[in-house]
Amino acid sequence: MKHIIFLLVAALLIFHQDFWNWEKSDAVFGFIPIGLFYHACLSLAAGFVWFLACTFAWPDEIDMAEEESVAQEAH
Amino acid sequence: MDLLAAMNPGQIRLLIIVVYLLLLLGLGFFASRSFSGTRKDYLLASHSIGPFLLLMSIFGTTMTAFALVGSSGEAFKEGIGVYGMLASSSGIIHSLCFFLIGVKVYTFGRKYGYTTQCQFFRDRLDSDFVGLLLFPILVILVVPYLLLGVMAGGAVIEAMTGGAFPDIFPAKGPANGAVPKWLGSGLVCVVVLVYVFFGGMRGTAWANAFQTIVFMVLGVVTFYVLADKIGDGETFWESLKNATGKVADKYTTREHMSPTKFFTYMLIPLSVGMFPHLFQHWLTAKSAKSFKLSVVMHPIFIAIVWVPCVLIGIWATTQPIPPAIQSNANKVLPFLVKTMTRPELGGLLTAGILAAIMSSLDSQFLCLGTMFTNDIVVHYGGKDRFSDKQQVWIARAFIILIVAITYVLALQGYRSVFTLGIWCFSGFAALFPIVWAALYWRRLTAAGAVSGIIAAAACWFLLFRESGFGKTTNFSLKIPFTELQIMPVVAILGCALLAMVLTSLVTPPPSKATLARFFPAEKA
Repeated sequence: MKHIIFLLVAALLIFHQDFWNWEKSDAVFGFIPIGLFYHACLSLAAGFVWFLACTFAWPDEIDMAEEESVAQEAH
Repeated sequence: MDLLAAMNPGQIRLLIIVVYLLLLLGLGFFASRSFSGTRKDYLLASHSIGPFLLLMSIFGTTMTAFALVGSSGEAFKEGIGVYGMLASSSGIIHSLCFFLIGVKVYTFGRKYGYTTQCQFFRDRLDSDFVGLLLFPILVILVVPYLLLGVMAGGAVIEAMTGGAFPDIFPAKGPANGAVPKWLGSGLVCVVVLVYVFFGGMRGTAWANAFQTIVFMVLGVVTFYVLADKIGDGETFWESLKNATGKVADKYTTREHMSPTKFFTYMLIPLSVGMFPHLFQHWLTAKSAKSFKLSVVMHPIFIAIVWVPCVLIGIWATTQPIPPAIQSNANKVLPFLVKTMTRPELGGLLTAGILAAIMSSLDSQFLCLGTMFTNDIVVHYGGKDRFSDKQQVWIARAFIILIVAITYVLALQGYRSVFTLGIWCFSGFAALFPIVWAALYWRRLTAAGAVSGIIAAAACWFLLFRESGFGKTTNFSLKIPFTELQIMPVVAILGCALLAMVLTSLVTPPPSKATLARFFPAEKA
């Protein structure tokens, strides 16, 4: 799963370079220029990819190390 | 109501600003009642910050004057491309930094008791010198970031209170009767100083959360009101269409923007990996899991704040903006708010802009105070020499000193918020390879880190000087033998990376004991 997340993040970075929208001035919904709309959607997609990352690729060893530290502090 | 009727619009806006600032002071005093008196509580809120507060405080800290005033001003000058250049890239890269750097740094911080970056690097690289070298560089890079907030605060208050007291503050043009910049900046500094001084990290986190809610809500309200005024349609939807319909293609496309420059802007958000104030915020988390909400919601919050600001910026190009405002794009948003909304709403919206500014300033002031106390006074003076209480007071004294120095520097000149911000972020982004390597590359050596830091600092200074210390806006480099433009951050980061890797490879690797502490899986 970590590899899929890695690929999704790489895809976000690649899709960020939307040269195909460079000179387009169409307005989505009649008021958002397409270049701005595309990047706003990219922000939402980023939120979704990071949700997947936190759900399926969260580093479990971090939680274990943290439990150890908290136990040591309490001790 | 009689009181409001007797006041002019400038006075009404000022009254609302003052009430908002008093509310913040109250919050600072309230937070100070939960203060346990220990150093750990003052500087790290005793690792008690849960997911929601962490999200709001981290978001409030990363969104500064740059996000509201700078983004709308830059969209006014350059068009919609500003969103892709900084906002959507930040949504991806900031969360990447929180996920891969923040969580790991938090775990080490919790395990080994770090409060500052210098402590971490000293330990990880077994070198006192790394901390000594990094300290002034971080301070020098945070100061322009602080100046951004202090200058923008003064400029916004001045722009919004025009005509308030013409007898007391006479001036030419729209600034006649306005609270002058020096006084507005001073007011912002004093308020932030008071709640940081009394509330420490807990007060800062609470104030940040409160201010983040304020600027997000008021940002949306501003957008609604300005869309209605500029579009002047029968329905809100129609107003939106009318407002964008009037904008020239130049601003709704990126036709005048260099694609390579746009591409290389992606490196700038890496700066959050090395922000010292963010490092400190990460360490306040209750648990590593607290980061999850920040990682997921950060890009979405960025869209909520930036999309309306960029739209307002391009809509402003269709309005009769006076030349004085056009020449200082930072004033575009305050100008629209002042001229197109009722004074009461104008006052509230100004409070929203100030909220965005102050929610970054507080963390930066606190972090510099923390760094001076931990990395200089306690580290070199001796851990046992100062009691917990004394350390809190030393941090407070440094915070006062830093606020005073920042204020004096801010009075020296008012430059483009956007330009100053880009240079500051470029410097931090150039240091990103060092923190990345410290966490993920076993072969990184102290000499490698030192070379990387020196290369980044030298290259940054040379290019910053080349740009006339920020006077040349839109400063960029050209790829040799081509006309392709790139951001200076590429050269600075490239130099740092090259110096770090080459030097690390030719110097002896770190000791096994050090590696075992920071790469425990490898030890097993």
